[in-house]
Amino acid sequence: MEVQNTTETRKYLVFRLENDEFGIEIDKISTIIEKDMNITRVPKQPAFVKGVINLRGEIIPVLSLRLKFGLSDDVYDENTRIIIIKLEDLTVGLIVDSVAEVVELDDETTESISNIAGEKSLEYLKGVGKLNGRIITLLDLEKVVIPEEAAT
Amino acid sequence: MDMSQYLEIFIEESKEHLQSLNQSLLQLEKNPGDRSMINEIFRVAHTIKGMAGTMGFNKMAKLTHDMENVLHALRNDELEVSPELVDILFKCLDALESYTANIVETGSEGDRDSEELSGILSGLLSSKSTPKDQEQPGTVAPPAAETGHGIVSDIELDQYETNIIDKATELGNDVWQITVRLNKGCLLKSARAFIIFKTLERHSEIIKSVPPVQDIEDEKFDFEFTVIVLTKEDAETIKKDLNSIAEVDEVIMKLVRERSKAAASVQTEEIPVSEQLQVTGDHKQAAAAGQDRNDSAAKKTKTGKTVRVDIDRLDVLLNLVSELIIQKTRLEGLEGIERTQQYTEVIEYLERITTSLHDAVMKVRMVPVENVFNRFPRMIRDISRELGKEVELEMSGVDTELDRTVIDEIGDPLIHLLRNACDHGIESREERRKLGKPECGKIELKAYQDGNNVVIEIGDDGQGINVEKVRQKIVERGLVSKDIAANLSKKDLIEYLFKPSFSTADKVTDISGRGVGLDVVKTKIEALGGTVEVETEPGKGSRFYIRLPLTLAIIQALLVMIGDEKYAIQLGSVHKIINITPGDIKTVQKQEVVMYRNSVIPIVRLREALEVPGESSADQKVMTLVIVKKGERLTGFIVDRIIGQQEIVQKSLGKYLAGTKVITSATILGDGNVALILDVNALAN
Repeated sequence: MEVQNTTETRKYLVFRLENDEFGIEIDKISTIIEKDMNITRVPKQPAFVKGVINLRGEIIPVLSLRLKFGLSDDVYDENTRIIIIKLEDLTVGLIVDSVAEVVELDDETTESISNIAGEKSLEYLKGVGKLNGRIITLLDLEKVVIPEEAAT
Repeated sequence: MDMSQYLEIFIEESKEHLQSLNQSLLQLEKNPGDRSMINEIFRVAHTIKGMAGTMGFNKMAKLTHDMENVLHALRNDELEVSPELVDILFKCLDALESYTANIVETGSEGDRDSEELSGILSGLLSSKSTPKDQEQPGTVAPPAAETGHGIVSDIELDQYETNIIDKATELGNDVWQITVRLNKGCLLKSARAFIIFKTLERHSEIIKSVPPVQDIEDEKFDFEFTVIVLTKEDAETIKKDLNSIAEVDEVIMKLVRERSKAAASVQTEEIPVSEQLQVTGDHKQAAAAGQDRNDSAAKKTKTGKTVRVDIDRLDVLLNLVSELIIQKTRLEGLEGIERTQQYTEVIEYLERITTSLHDAVMKVRMVPVENVFNRFPRMIRDISRELGKEVELEMSGVDTELDRTVIDEIGDPLIHLLRNACDHGIESREERRKLGKPECGKIELKAYQDGNNVVIEIGDDGQGINVEKVRQKIVERGLVSKDIAANLSKKDLIEYLFKPSFSTADKVTDISGRGVGLDVVKTKIEALGGTVEVETEPGKGSRFYIRLPLTLAIIQALLVMIGDEKYAIQLGSVHKIINITPGDIKTVQKQEVVMYRNSVIPIVRLREALEVPGESSADQKVMTLVIVKKGERLTGFIVDRIIGQQEIVQKSLGKYLAGTKVITSATILGDGNVALILDVNALAN
């Protein structure tokens, strides 16, 4: 019998960018929507700031995680999703290729970043989760979404 | 007992009371003889004491208690209203405000102590004209004197209490002075006294007690105490009841005044002055009898009239109304619907209703500027003291209302302008005397509605803005060349004052002169959709005009097309729309301009300025120029196409994009898409 592990488990939403899986803590997620609306471009922004959308009357900025992590630009298809996250008083949408599932990872199976070579996504990492042979890169949302980056 | 649920109420009410104290103290300073002010201040301090005590905020309770003692002495003419005294009271007010601020932030009063203030207050009391018992600094109340044995000295009554007695007798009450002596073997004196009080209250109203109720509760009395009561019952009944209480040795009743068949005169009554019986401490009963009755009466009418509403709820309401308007606009624009007469009627009615609803909700958010203005008199008083100048602030139109969000933001700019007026505007006393001006400088703060705007004027009768000095400075700073500077008009020069880091002050005083003020003022006001202008005359004074839109969120806009993107420009800024040809565009010093009405105005190609993707059609014979006005300046913006005029709801871009320069906000169009609202001021520069 397994020893009851008392470490914390956290729930992560797993999504895909290109061929990689990423995870973000679900308590920061407000909602997940399909991309069925136009994104209005906002001038003078870094490339990864795609613009703003109208979500039930609220104006929400959306970012392209692909561009942020140095991948090629988004190609929207029926799998594309926008994950709306809420950090304190900051609400932002993140465009992802597809959304997979919610997994539960405990602290034991998450490793902090050691030697993942030269990815641009490194700065945004909180750790790496391993599940059934899958490697899920866990993002630190606070580092991904920093207001000062936008607009100068 | 868990008082945390009452914390919000406590904070709200404390703030109100402190504000009221502020105003009353200012009034008292102006009119030291104003008794009603002293009473008012006493009453408020007393209320705060009660509230603080209930919530367990003992420091506040103690401080207000000490204030009460001093105020009481003032009421009795035992102390005079001197400038030093008023200063101390102001300091006490500051202390109370800082306690409250601490409570707002942390839920507790904080570590700060008011021992020093309490000491000063006690010091004031010990310097009273009539002989007093010894005081220890920081004690709650001076110990009461005792009566001689076997003799009942009469209690001294002050004007206030005499008034109560007058009123009471008119209403058919007798006024008795009752002295109760407890058995010397009585152990729980305060408990016994409590029973006696309760008994008395069944028959009468106790308006005064010597020693004061607080002291009796604290058992700070020997074996006897005296009360003054109002009653319609006969004395025998009362005496009998009191005598039937255990451990009561003696009950001595003395008629102070009989109920009046006609109004009895006050002076003829014998109320011998007793040296030993001092009237000190709080007048809980007296104050309670008189004031609280008035208070509750007043409060009853008040609660009928106003409702406290959480701001968040108002915002929800406003959001819903905005949504409604958007949907209404969509409905109007829908394709494929047969526009029968009925349909049109319904739409029109819907239009009227949504407009009315919007107006009504906006009205709810309207707050009188008084809320912001009311701290200014005190501020001016403090600043003028600091600067050693004499300045008077005259306010008018304080009932003028502004939207809640504007009210929140307008305070800082106004404070800065007022400080400027004191510091740079108003001259020193000597200078003013030399110039033949009244020694006391005057600052006028006016608010009034003007069409769709609210105007706030700040005028002073000081030295005005030295335009020549500005001219000098801008050359010195290298902002313009000497020749150009020589040709700049007064208006142009004044504009420079509003530029960042500009100041003509030679010294940086603590108050202003750092040169960061006026440009911040301007930016803030423009962010609110307003404008600021100034008129000035050397030697006579200056006057600032702040114009603010009455309503914020819904604006009239001009929708334009640039490339494939829609943008909105606030219609109020639009001066004119004209067509130009490529040939009209000239270049002057690397700036593209066109001629308009005999002057040269700069133009901005929005497609480039906004980095709109796509190619502009190369051979455009005719281009659309939207001329925008900012103050006196005109700027032309080249757009591809005018879509039309539309009423839009301004929506915030959110915190993430808050720093975006060329865009102020966004709106949701009838088709559900987002259009950005351009910041024409930023683009013009």
